[in-house]
Amino acid sequence: MEIKCFGIAKEITASSSLKIDGAIPGDVKSLKEWLKLKYPAFNNINNCLIAVNQEYAEDTVALYPTDEIAIIPPVSGG
Amino acid sequence: MKSNKTDIQILSTPLSLDDCYNFILDESCGGLCLFVGTVRNHNKGKTVTHLDFEAYEGMALKELAKIAATAINEYGVKHIAIHHRQGAVGLTEKAVIIAVSSVHRKAAFEACEFAIAALKERVPIWKKEFLLDGSHWVNARP
Repeated sequence: MEIKCFGIAKEITASSSLKIDGAIPGDVKSLKEWLKLKYPAFNNINNCLIAVNQEYAEDTVALYPTDEIAIIPPVSGG
Repeated sequence: MKSNKTDIQILSTPLSLDDCYNFILDESCGGLCLFVGTVRNHNKGKTVTHLDFEAYEGMALKELAKIAATAINEYGVKHIAIHHRQGAVGLTEKAVIIAVSSVHRKAAFEACEFAIAALKERVPIWKKEFLLDGSHWVNARP
């Protein structure tokens, strides 16, 4: 499973694309929990959303290894 | 992403008002509204030297297309162009242009306001602000 990182998420993970091998989080909520455990700095920033296949995803959305997954920190375009 | 009604682009080069203006021109439209967001030299009391925009390009284009569709279907505009910069952008440079055309002005003003507000709320683009004494991602921290 690959997870794209942008903005401050890219700084926290020191990567633009995380790779998770083995036991992958089964849904969006598990992924958020996994990220906060692995990178505690996520606890100190505003809440990030998760996008699955380029759509914002609720906590209950299931994740599959082939999905395009991204961490979406608070946006600030414009 | 370009159709005869929408022109949506994320660009690493300076944005062109002429390109947006020419795209929305329509013989049936008497009201054109263009919003331009530029880089200003201060924010929250600090001096800003420049900005750097990062985009999740594929998703950002999709979200911008949804905004454009709403502007056309719900606000009744005929054409909409949304151009957003990515990469480093200097003071007074254009960070974003939203241009809409409609038969009468009211729909154009309202759709333009809706589009920039929606862009700021949900399009995955991030702004890093460079100050005299450091830099930070805007909105990232409480």
